[in-house]
Amino acid sequence: MSSEVDGNALGGDLAEIFAVDLTGAAVTCGGCKTVSAVAALLVWGPAPGLVARCPECEDVVLRLVRAPGQAWLDLRGAVSVRIPLPAPE
Amino acid sequence: MSIISPGFGGRRRSSRPDLPPGQYLTHDFPVLSAGPTPRVPLDRWSFTVTDELGQKTSWNWEEFNALPQEEFTVDIHCVTKWSKLGTTWKGVALDTIFENLESSADYTMVHSYGGYTTNVPVEDLLDGKAWIVHTFDGEPLHPEHGGPARLLVPHLYFWKSAKWVNGLQMIPQDEPGFWEEAGYHMYGDPWREQRYQGD
Ligand SMILES: [Zn+2]
Repeated sequence: MSSEVDGNALGGDLAEIFAVDLTGAAVTCGGCKTVSAVAALLVWGPAPGLVARCPECEDVVLRLVRAPGQAWLDLRGAVSVRIPLPAPE
Repeated sequence: MSIISPGFGGRRRSSRPDLPPGQYLTHDFPVLSAGPTPRVPLDRWSFTVTDELGQKTSWNWEEFNALPQEEFTVDIHCVTKWSKLGTTWKGVALDTIFENLESSADYTMVHSYGGYTTNVPVEDLLDGKAWIVHTFDGEPLHPEHGGPARLLVPHLYFWKSAKWVNGLQMIPQDEPGFWEEAGYHMYGDPWREQRYQGD
């Protein structure tokens, strides 16, 4: 597991695609249904792409591939992503 | 359209006609992984071809090593832009694996321990263009580089050369594998710079 880092490694790329910091979002694993903070995911990469795995079962929950001028975000391994937003005034 | 250069000699190295567009030369062997390195004990290793009817043909480690072995030297090209020239491997040609198999499928899905997949057309595995290798540079293939055995398809980008390979599934229609689902090219010819979908 030498190339393993945690989900904070996803922060920069996700912030470029979404307008909010997603490292505090909660992702539900499609395999074991465990809910984990994005920052707690196990991450391999960055090349050929970022692969984020569930810290509980190691199933892939997120893939992010960066190419010049475009990015692919594959979330099929996640049941859902809960994104914290500012509460309305 | 074979671009393999068996027995690569240093003579052509100065002008580098063997470096595909956009690639740079490395003498390291970078490790790229999409997950934890599976540790597969040899007495539990097997390689299985599943045809389009679901029939399986398997080789255990002993049977696989009893197949005719080839030693060869080829250039490898990673989509992350490094190329490594004149790498020497030993293993079993896919021609040997396919010898007694009957299948009319035109495509394969390559499967690995750990769950990795990649798609390769059958014709790119035949005629001495692809091997299941277990030895690199005279040494048993290190787990970080795909040992006990990996696929080697040197004329395509290196993500097609699946590490920790454990099987091939014959499929009638082309389907995307692990990286092809997430933006990478379905075929991956380094000489045409087929890195991403649409290249
Ligand atoms: Zn899980």
